[in-house]
Amino acid sequence: MTLVKTKIGRRAFIRNTGLASGGLVIGFSWLASCKMTPEQVNSLPKEWFELNGFLKVGDNGMVTIMSPNPEIGQNVKTSMPMIVAEELDVAWKNVMVEQAPLNTDIFTRQLAGGSQSIRQGWESLRMAGATARHMLKDAAAQAWGVPADEITTKDGVLTHEASGNSAGYGEMASAATSIEVPEEVQLKDNGNFSIIGTDKKNVDGKEIVTGKPLFGLDVYKEGMLTAMIVHPPAFGMKYKGMNADAVKSMPGIKDVFHFEVYPEGIEKQWSDQGGIPELVAIVGNSTWECMQAKKSLEVEWEQDSTAESTSYHEEALAELLETPSETPARKDGDVDAAFAKAAKIVESTYSAPYLAHNTMEPMNFFAHVTPEKAELLGPIQTPEFAEKTVAARLGMPLEKIDIMMTRMGGGFGRRLYGPFVIEAAVISQKMNAPIKLVYSREDDMTQGTYRPSYKVKYKAGLDENGNLIAWHVRGAGTNDDLIFENRFPAGAVDNYLAEKHSLQTNVTTGAWRAPRSNFVAGAEQAFMDEVAEAAGKDPLEFRLELFDRAINNPVGDPEQNDYDPERYAGVLKLVKEKANWGAETGKARGVAAYYCHNSYVAQVIELEDGGDMPRVDNIICAVDCGIVINPLAAKNQIEGGMIDGIGHSTYSAMSFEDGKPQQSNFDTYRLIRHSEAPKNIEVHFVDNGIDPTGLGEPSLPPAIAALSNALYKATGRRFYKQPFINDKPPLVG
Amino acid sequence: MATFTLNINGTKQEVDVDPSTPMLWVLRDHLNLVGTKYGCGIAQCGACTIHLDGTATRACMLTVSSVGNSEITTIEGLSEEGDHPVQKAWLEVDVPQCGYCQAGQIMTASALLEKNPNPTDEEIEMAMNGNICRCGTYTRIKKAVKLAAKS
Repeated sequence: MTLVKTKIGRRAFIRNTGLASGGLVIGFSWLASCKMTPEQVNSLPKEWFELNGFLKVGDNGMVTIMSPNPEIGQNVKTSMPMIVAEELDVAWKNVMVEQAPLNTDIFTRQLAGGSQSIRQGWESLRMAGATARHMLKDAAAQAWGVPADEITTKDGVLTHEASGNSAGYGEMASAATSIEVPEEVQLKDNGNFSIIGTDKKNVDGKEIVTGKPLFGLDVYKEGMLTAMIVHPPAFGMKYKGMNADAVKSMPGIKDVFHFEVYPEGIEKQWSDQGGIPELVAIVGNSTWECMQAKKSLEVEWEQDSTAESTSYHEEALAELLETPSETPARKDGDVDAAFAKAAKIVESTYSAPYLAHNTMEPMNFFAHVTPEKAELLGPIQTPEFAEKTVAARLGMPLEKIDIMMTRMGGGFGRRLYGPFVIEAAVISQKMNAPIKLVYSREDDMTQGTYRPSYKVKYKAGLDENGNLIAWHVRGAGTNDDLIFENRFPAGAVDNYLAEKHSLQTNVTTGAWRAPRSNFVAGAEQAFMDEVAEAAGKDPLEFRLELFDRAINNPVGDPEQNDYDPERYAGVLKLVKEKANWGAETGKARGVAAYYCHNSYVAQVIELEDGGDMPRVDNIICAVDCGIVINPLAAKNQIEGGMIDGIGHSTYSAMSFEDGKPQQSNFDTYRLIRHSEAPKNIEVHFVDNGIDPTGLGEPSLPPAIAALSNALYKATGRRFYKQPFINDKPPLVG
Repeated sequence: MATFTLNINGTKQEVDVDPSTPMLWVLRDHLNLVGTKYGCGIAQCGACTIHLDGTATRACMLTVSSVGNSEITTIEGLSEEGDHPVQKAWLEVDVPQCGYCQAGQIMTASALLEKNPNPTDEEIEMAMNGNICRCGTYTRIKKAVKLAAKS
């Protein structure tokens, strides 16, 4: 047992907070709208006893666990409550899960981003369960007149062996509410887990496959109007004027007006990035009527800043790749001197376009703003920040703003940025009515907040024995400087230089699943293959040699390197074994490994025979994310991430002409489909008992390089420019 | 506006809407059947897939005036208790991630199996290619379709 202080999220463990009465949750009739199955109704307790903000125990032993973080498909609504249930020591079949509303008094970091929900929630979730178990044990000890530390728990049952006493949690729940919250609690040892590390299916699975209302777009309320927005048709343009009279009299239309989302002087949060300051709103009775009005409405726009095109972005980024940085991000040794004496030099440039997030559920939000309060409901990854801007924009105090998260039809970083929450609130305030703001797919895809466009140039020097003696990387991105200077191979090469540039543009950008890594990993790990080939070495063994160097004789201060070379090498060794690397399979294969979001992933991709762009036949993947909470869901995340990386690097791109997005829907923006997806995927986890780290993002970045390295083996061509489907690289050699 | 009597999930339903209104919005905005999802509005993503006389059809481009007496089945009407073999297979394989596209995937898969109870991998892919899953659940969807075909 590990003894820990209950210091994290201390307020969560104090009873009789706002949640004790069920206030916020019950305030929204949303949750009640999901019908329960007959078994659930029969198993509902007569009374619930709340032991802390994370959980309540029913008189029949059922337990409700609140899932604090937004659910975007990363499965935290299942895996976070599993951690609480583990420490509470309750049977999973007796657990019901509820999405918690935003409540910063109780929960820490209610945010979906950076693959951090589990890593940063780990301690407080365990404590929530352990604290409640402690209180139940104390209650039983008092009832039975025995020492609490002689009482054991298992599957929601308290037992005192010596006296022969035994009781379910439900029997002690009422008494436990008057037990003092412990100052410190005992956590289970890793080896004693019975829920963590077992396959648990998605808690919303049944509702999903039966089409129940779970998502923001599914919110319909009494008297609710539908709202849509019209935004400028191109970046660099702003609102000038309109004549909306004819459109206002169209069937079902209530109002059409211009509004400021962000008036001058309003205090913004980082989550407001990409917000368009002025928009036009169309409000009506139904979605289709609003869509029809939108087609008829003519708005005048005027040029506000430069009209940028993709050709400009590409030329400007290319120019930055030829521009030395006056302040290199990292410099070890002397790359120039090393290149001068190198036996071989390898040099390559990689590039990738802007990408849209394209969550399947477009942006939307419900808002009902009255002078007394603002009730907001919908899909947002950053509710805490959205709440602050809503308060500032409406001129209302924070405590009058309630935000509840729905399940989200995808996130991928897009819903970190919530200008649509502010837009919904402003429209509702103006209409003095409950409204649901709905973005059309076209609004969503052409609004901005894109994955930046990138270019990176690598140069490597090898000595006569094929040892890597110099590595120079210079990267550039639109509104983003791309390079992680302290990641591999920093620390493994004597002469190392990393430089980075950012190109300021008015095409808005934001975090997109595995920011920066989603491009730079594909480039770096593809280049590593070229260098290994030039060195005459096996690409996997070449990487392991470099990790040996970083382990045994690191360059510079090892603390400066933000990766652990042993764990990095560990996933490569695991994938080597599982893929039987080196054996002749008759298939074109590529390997890659990457570290991001505190986790390590290595992959071997095998292609089918034939064609210019052969399909992925098989992926063997090794992952070190520490303790795996839910192996079933973890595999799902890893699979999805790899398909995401393969799909976008092969097929997807956003481009611009005079600031106007050239893709606005799935007829022009290509996403990977069934017949293009990998045929088989196997995932292996390193079992090391280390505290858990990220899973939602780390499998995406290396998949791009494993694919392009395999494509080289299959086609004899090195792919440098994404999307690969449009690249026509020459045959090598 | 015009009145239409529709046969949805075995029940006659009357709606008063503009004749150009797509069935997607009739279902969602007027009949409170929100399992049919909006994804693109141009029949490219499959999130709005329903059965029209048993054939998988994109509701976003099917106007209410063109439906006539045809039988419409939505995800809500696929089974009484959520126990259609395809739904059961989806749960068994734990297919969904975000879950948004899955009703459309299930409707396409169930229409396929109705016509072709034992499809090959290629036939599954061809039938399902109009349904995009942004989370990348494709390998599990194929597994679930094959599992449902067995049952």
